[in-house]
Amino acid sequence: MDFATVLQVFDSTVRLATPLLLACLAGLYSERAGIFDIGLEGKMLAAAFFSGAVAAVTGSVWLGLLAGIAASMALSGIHGLASITFRGNQLISGVAINFLAAGLTVVIAQDWFQQGGRTPSLVGGARFSPIELPFAEAVKDVPIIGQTYYQLISGHTALVYIAFAMVPLTWWLLFRTRFGLRLRAVGENPAAVDTAGVSVIGIRYAAVAICGLLCGIAGAYLATALQAGFVKDMTAGRGYIALAALIFAKWRPWYALSSTLLFGFLQAIALRYQNIDLGGFVVPVQFMDALPYILTVVILAGFVGKAIPPRAGGEPYAKER
Amino acid sequence: MTMMQKFLGAAATLALSAGASLADPALIYDLGGKFDKSFNEAAHVGAEKWKADTGNSYNEIELQSEAQREQALRRFAEAGNNPIVMTGFAFGSVLGEVAPDYPDTKFAIIDMVVDAPNVRSVVFNEHEGSYLVGMMAAMASESGTVGFIGGMDIPLIRKFACGYVQGVKAANPDATIIQNMTGTTPAAWNDPVKGGELTKAQISQGADVVYAAAGGTGVGVLQAAADEGILSIGVDSNQNHLHPGKVLTSMTKRVDIAVYDAFAGGMDLETGFNVLGLAEDGVGYAMDDNNAPLVSDEMVAAVEAAKAKIVAGEIAVHDYMSDNACPVK
Repeated sequence: MDFATVLQVFDSTVRLATPLLLACLAGLYSERAGIFDIGLEGKMLAAAFFSGAVAAVTGSVWLGLLAGIAASMALSGIHGLASITFRGNQLISGVAINFLAAGLTVVIAQDWFQQGGRTPSLVGGARFSPIELPFAEAVKDVPIIGQTYYQLISGHTALVYIAFAMVPLTWWLLFRTRFGLRLRAVGENPAAVDTAGVSVIGIRYAAVAICGLLCGIAGAYLATALQAGFVKDMTAGRGYIALAALIFAKWRPWYALSSTLLFGFLQAIALRYQNIDLGGFVVPVQFMDALPYILTVVILAGFVGKAIPPRAGGEPYAKER
Repeated sequence: MTMMQKFLGAAATLALSAGASLADPALIYDLGGKFDKSFNEAAHVGAEKWKADTGNSYNEIELQSEAQREQALRRFAEAGNNPIVMTGFAFGSVLGEVAPDYPDTKFAIIDMVVDAPNVRSVVFNEHEGSYLVGMMAAMASESGTVGFIGGMDIPLIRKFACGYVQGVKAANPDATIIQNMTGTTPAAWNDPVKGGELTKAQISQGADVVYAAAGGTGVGVLQAAADEGILSIGVDSNQNHLHPGKVLTSMTKRVDIAVYDAFAGGMDLETGFNVLGLAEDGVGYAMDDNNAPLVSDEMVAAVEAAKAKIVAGEIAVHDYMSDNACPVK
């Protein structure tokens, strides 16, 4: 395996990890505020569809992105309404959102475009195009550093850079601002926050809204950057892998970056080398596909460190009984 | 409330049409969905052609999950539809159980063999068609490396791959072929993102022509190939129009003919084993305005010569499913 191959695998890793990272951070905001969200998959799917559909109709990918975010945030609003205002079961609400998105996207797509639950292929300005970073062309022949810069760091779409910028931003927001402190407190001990005179409901809705925003970007990335249009069920379980990554990351932003990169790397390896031959012992590709879940179970079982979820996670907050 | 009324209305119409549809033929699409631009869409085209030609109607259903296979089959049979046509290998075991329960109903299954007196099994010689497009891929390739991306890893898709490899090697014995399968579950038919990533991985390994036999996943393969400026080969339906000038050709599998014939056979449908190969024009390669500039006369001549030899039996293309092995890699 030469250096160029390594770079290509890492390049693929970045592309595959981006939707996972965005969805993982989305889940992080929501769960840190005490709202479990297994509807990440559904929100991404809805966002993928609406971004693809609006981009196809208007020819503008930015309008598509906005539509995707709006759709995802609308589903977030439903989740919030069910689990915050009406204190329903958060898991059930999440599952419902997944089913809702899986069904609605195909039905609406069929009604609008008559192409069997897909959007027309996007061309030109209806898709995100790669961004060439400054000096990338000039330094591409410089060994190692130049090549890495040209191949790996430059040449991704805007959403990839946004996703990676979200990691320090999330860390700063959660651990260095008053809002972040309150958000985390709401997930640990909402009664204390309430006693301090801060609205638990308000903070939780804010967290769920941010979750919708990030899922919207993740869905738009799938439909308008990686691919050219929406196809039925195109998220293909990425929302669940993001949830696994969130647990693997122990609900921390920087760990989320490394866990999603690890999962993306596993996928990239599995795509590049289908069956890995380790000198007489063949690792089947199915094992590589299952590895993210296996690793998550290992973490949950407490073999490697300890994953402690936010203490008030999953519990609706009632002011007075 | 209006929503509810719509649902009730739709349900009532369904019930009515089921009662009125005695002896109408029925078509069941596999999980890829009716408009997959590929396999199932070809079946739909055949059914629509039959409808236009005869003026009769037919019933159809798109499956949403594995669990619906038997349910859909029995429902159509009980409603008196005859014959019932289903697309896809995955119906094999279910039909094997259902067919004996309805001895007066004729069934036709495409892509699979079910041994029952009232079943017509239609299979295609995909390896022959894939052989031809493999030759074209090898001749169009400048790097000497071509790619194959399959959908779900099943013997049928390996049959495509094996025929393709043999064709590539026939045109260029030194060519390298990179083969990938998208996955091992039915989700592999509908994951264009993974298809696109696989294509990029193959391109970075030098492939400049990629053949996709992957249902909806193939849309992602063709897209990634067009984005990166290499050629791709479509499958089942003619997919040349998806990216004009970027799709070298498509390995056409005339599922439409199979469906049309089965519908036309009606209640007297001839059962048994039905093979559609190059000789019957059941498989082939697609030529139209979209790919005319890409295909040289020399390529057409070579492929036509090979086709004549296969039909005459001078070239024997190995069928992977005959022994679950491929003689060339």
